[in-house]
Amino acid sequence: MASGVKPRVKVPKKATPGEAITIKTLISHQMESGQRKDKEGNIIPRSIINRFTCEFNGQLVTDITIEPAVSTNPYFQFEAIVPEAGDFKFTWYDDDGSVYDATKSIAMA
Amino acid sequence: MNYKALTAIAVALSLPLSAYADADDDTLVLNEEETLVTKTAAPAHLSDVMDEVMSGWHFRSDETQALQMDDFENPAMVFVDKAFDAWETVEGTEEKSCASCHDDVEESMAGVRAVYPKWNEQAGEVRTLAMQVNDCRENQMGAKPWKYTGGDMTAMEALISVQSRGMPVNVAIDGPVQSMWEQGKEMYYARTGQLELSCANCHEDSYGLMIRADHLSQGQINGFPTYRLKNAKLNNVHARFKGCVRDTRAETYKPGSSDFVALELYVASRGNGLAVEGPSVRN
Amino acid sequence: MEFSRRETLGLALGAAVMTVLPLRVSASIVDDRIAEFTGGADMADTGIELTAPEIAENGNTVPISVDAPGATAIMVLATGNPTPGVATFNFGPLAGSQSASTRIRLAGTQDVVAIAKLADGSFAKASAAVKVTIGGCGG
Repeated sequence: MASGVKPRVKVPKKATPGEAITIKTLISHQMESGQRKDKEGNIIPRSIINRFTCEFNGQLVTDITIEPAVSTNPYFQFEAIVPEAGDFKFTWYDDDGSVYDATKSIAMA
Repeated sequence: MNYKALTAIAVALSLPLSAYADADDDTLVLNEEETLVTKTAAPAHLSDVMDEVMSGWHFRSDETQALQMDDFENPAMVFVDKAFDAWETVEGTEEKSCASCHDDVEESMAGVRAVYPKWNEQAGEVRTLAMQVNDCRENQMGAKPWKYTGGDMTAMEALISVQSRGMPVNVAIDGPVQSMWEQGKEMYYARTGQLELSCANCHEDSYGLMIRADHLSQGQINGFPTYRLKNAKLNNVHARFKGCVRDTRAETYKPGSSDFVALELYVASRGNGLAVEGPSVRN
Repeated sequence: MEFSRRETLGLALGAAVMTVLPLRVSASIVDDRIAEFTGGADMADTGIELTAPEIAENGNTVPISVDAPGATAIMVLATGNPTPGVATFNFGPLAGSQSASTRIRLAGTQDVVAIAKLADGSFAKASAAVKVTIGGCGG
């Protein structure tokens, strides 16, 4: 596991049924592009978050394929429809096989 | 080609970008709730050289400014979260965490960032926030000190800074700190390095102008630690000083050295009255 | 400010070097990625919006957003990067809109391209020219 990876997610606490809400996510990650060289001139191997998904009660909101041009500490903002109370599940997939996740509950207003 | 010619090129090339010149008049509203003081009357000790002090926020593009206006847009806040975990983590031979002595960070650290660097009577020295953190780690917790400019330290500085956001910087410059403040002032105006540049050449005489494609600010440090787009991480004041001194092509002082403490004390006092912004977002 | 002849020459040379030219990687990589995504289909120039700053303060962190109502997927390419791929957004049944924002790296001044696969199987493309400024002291 890459060291010190920490996710951060913003989801409103409440929504009305069927409402589209805005979600913001960020995860601390170096996103080593595979283009940089170390002091000895050797290529530093690529090590990035390559995929991010967001599901609500098991249904897909978004599934993002990520390539090395996404900045360090990758940030995504998108909208989700909330048909009922439940849980958002966020999952980040690391090149090194690690998987990081976060869950946020939302209630009906 | 001499430095004058280089500067002329930079100035000539910056003309097409003249829309960037001068600080802007935008308002820094945090999380759509709190308006921060980013321009204010210069403190009395600066009244001979400038009328108004301005946050570096005014010298950045709209896109960069926006990153600091919302705590979920601000990439530094994930490091604040990390430092919050560290705050509650027991470390060292004394089996203590920060919280063991200081309890709730939101209460105990409110207002702290605004008055640092400050005199520590017991130790008989001027201390920066980072020095104080490491003193706690070594002498209260029995833990290893953090690297002065390392990620653990800058994150902790950010966590502590957040508790004072919006409060006016209010660094004391008299009494026991006065001699160190004078030393810092001397450093600020001393030309250094092969380029023979003082802090004042860029940040007092030339703020608002372009240096190549970058916009010179007043070099205020009310926003530190700052998340820089350039290196995509939190940077503390001494790390930034080191970069500036290096860019004058001088041998730099060490982060944490008494020279940089003196400079930080003086530079911090030039922002007395501006709101604490840390962790800010800058280029 | 006065300059000697040599300094003036240096000035012109310096200015020429510092003028930023748009980057281009081999066009075929970009074309291949687009062909792979669209299957070679034509792309309309309406139906997708790509928002990016005209001038990016730092190429390390450039905010962009894409919006293509009704799209099932949007692919973003940085045509001047050593590897042009940025991200592909796939929208599920609970997407509140077919839009997203992120922050990307641009190796220099270049065109950013976004291509949407629309619900009817057709494609739409938008592009934005982003000037990436060089740093002040020390780059």
